[in-house]
Amino acid sequence: MKPGAIGAISFVSALLLTGAAPAPDAPVDAALLVADDPAPALESYHLFRDSAAREPNAALVPYTLNTPLFSDYALKFRYLFVPPRQAVSYREQGALDFPVGTTLVKTFAYPADFRAPDAKLRFIETRLLIHKPQGWVALTYVWNDAQNQAVLKRAGARVPVSFVDVSGAGQRIDYQVPNVNQCKECHSLSGAIVPIGPKARNLNRDYVYAAGTENQLAHWTRLGLLQGAPEHSVVPRLPPWDDATQPLEGRARAYLDVNCGHCHSRAGLASNSGLYLTFEESNPTALGIGKRPVAAGKGSGDLLFSIVPGHPEQSILVYRMASTEPGVMMPQIGRTLSHKEAVALISEYISSLKPAPARN
Amino acid sequence: MRTVLFGVLSVMMLTTCGGVAHAKTLKVAPGADAQERLQTALIDAKPGDVVQLSSGRYELSDGLSLDVANVVVEGAGPGKTILSFDKQKGEAEGLLVTSNNVTVRDMSIQNARGNGVKSKGVDRISMVNLVVEWTGGPKAENGSYGVYPVTSTNVLIDRVTVRGASDAGIYVGQSKNIVVQNSRAEYNVAGIEIENSFNADVHDNVSTHNAGGILVFDLPGLPQMGGHSTRVYHNEVVDNDTPNFAPKGNTVAGVPTGTGIMVMANRDVHVFDNHLDGNASSGVMLVAYLNTFTDATYNPLPRDISVHGNHFGRNGYAPVWKGGAELATALGGTLPPVLWDGITSYPKPDGQVVAEAVRLSIADGPVVNLALKLQGTPATKATPVVTKTLSDGSLAEPAPVVLAGGQMEMGRAH
Repeated sequence: MKPGAIGAISFVSALLLTGAAPAPDAPVDAALLVADDPAPALESYHLFRDSAAREPNAALVPYTLNTPLFSDYALKFRYLFVPPRQAVSYREQGALDFPVGTTLVKTFAYPADFRAPDAKLRFIETRLLIHKPQGWVALTYVWNDAQNQAVLKRAGARVPVSFVDVSGAGQRIDYQVPNVNQCKECHSLSGAIVPIGPKARNLNRDYVYAAGTENQLAHWTRLGLLQGAPEHSVVPRLPPWDDATQPLEGRARAYLDVNCGHCHSRAGLASNSGLYLTFEESNPTALGIGKRPVAAGKGSGDLLFSIVPGHPEQSILVYRMASTEPGVMMPQIGRTLSHKEAVALISEYISSLKPAPARN
Repeated sequence: MRTVLFGVLSVMMLTTCGGVAHAKTLKVAPGADAQERLQTALIDAKPGDVVQLSSGRYELSDGLSLDVANVVVEGAGPGKTILSFDKQKGEAEGLLVTSNNVTVRDMSIQNARGNGVKSKGVDRISMVNLVVEWTGGPKAENGSYGVYPVTSTNVLIDRVTVRGASDAGIYVGQSKNIVVQNSRAEYNVAGIEIENSFNADVHDNVSTHNAGGILVFDLPGLPQMGGHSTRVYHNEVVDNDTPNFAPKGNTVAGVPTGTGIMVMANRDVHVFDNHLDGNASSGVMLVAYLNTFTDATYNPLPRDISVHGNHFGRNGYAPVWKGGAELATALGGTLPPVLWDGITSYPKPDGQVVAEAVRLSIADGPVVNLALKLQGTPATKATPVVTKTLSDGSLAEPAPVVLAGGQMEMGRAH
């Protein structure tokens, strides 16, 4: 789905802000992206042709993921920018190897009514993950009510958002825009900021481009943006969590990997928990099966184990995913609502697990 | 833009006198938008800076975090600068520190929804002159830990008071080189807990009215295991009588109400010169980890433990743990001040039983040995033997913990 253009308003606001109208087809300001100080306003980078950010610059490539991070049901519009004459190098494990200057652009938006997701779209924030010479930097720009300007908010914000959900029920949330430290809490591997989503296995899927449908890795390769990628049919593929035709365990593990594994890994912020929910993890105890809590406190919900095979109602994992109480809920940040469909998926997965044979 | 930003957020920057060149003091005051102004100061601070919180009550809507190295965050004193998390909407900590060489001092932290102050993966963290509390009294809904350094190195907890934590008031986990001193823990489930940690000195603290006073534990399945070299000395461990209110599932939920000092699955722990009184379940307890485990590298036994020179008042007169009352009755109504479960072997996850040379040097007594022998045997199977002392020879005391680079002095300043 493609956000509609709001050309006239953006043109006026751009005039007011800069005193001069940028040409709609001006190139992305690649130098500004990697400058030491971030721009106070999103439009300065010229990542979009209009100041409402509905029309991406021609150098941006839209993309999507097999299994994305849940963020209070927000719709996400993702784009890749690679500086001219640069290319991404393929890696089978972990995020792809993005050259300096690469910028991952992600706008979080809500429609007024999720039963008509393309209509009355409100942008909340646009996050940039920029590969600067000194490392990746995470920035977030928050949209104004007029939807014609997004400004840098390094300390985060709470934004009241109302929408009608897929079932027709009204929802009101205090949407959490993360501060720069919170960005790092998730995007951290051994203390350095890294991208989470754009791994080969999570990108390996079709996308409906203006010119037609194509596999994303093949598309990037054809455009010269990606080098070294094998034919996509031999690239590992992360199961889409919501594709009921895929095996249950793969979907559950994909969801846990993307939504939990960035902290709950051996190099993540939750390394001290001993609970590791990455796709690669194979130790049953580390995956939570029969694992006792360490520092869960009230997050244990009076339950004894992270996962009790066959019993989601006795599993701390499900209890914390279903909770919306700070100090109990997992993930700790990035949501104020419970992801009901995912709680159902993980519950079904735990129900399907066979109890371990009794030990002597 | 930077000037404009600071102006708008009313964060004043002043040059400190006689400090590091370019070091600044970022002043923050309570009032509207405290969340954004304080968090902005914590983000804008540069190494060497001081973030100074003036007197007053800060009503915070989210957890705070600091990720800049070499920063001091200081208030005007506990009870003067108060960070209130009553209206916290997100995050599991009041304040999370993830950068090296940070001091947090001179303030109160109230009603954090999760933990009070946490440091994760920090080298040189100092928490000094703080009051961390849940003001509604002991409740299972309270946050887990008051102060919570984890996977940190060179940890100083000095003059910290914690009240109401639903796990441990002062908790240090998977850390190295630790000093906990001159602090007070009361009305928590555990007063002070050192877990999966190496080289800790816990001294001159008061731990009272908790369910358990001071715990030294090691748990399986964690990145840092094999806890060792802890000295627990010159502490007041008295009247630990608050009924255990920990949510089930947590290790401390199994700590009997009225426990004085408990050492579980650890080595080279020396307990001396403490005053223990009014702990109804036990004075000093040396026990193995109770549950089965899947980690083949884990050792569930306490070993190389020394207990000497402690002053015991009345302890162990009403033990609430399973089999405790029967045992006390059998021993004349009160348990001896030191209790050892007598476990000297344990089954590895593959079922193979390993015997361990558990060396104890217990000069205080009498000592009751429950003679349970095999890990996992319940206390109800005890065949108790009481002796005046219990010694396998003298055990070398762990070296005093030294915090270098002026960290100890930083704790004493002001």
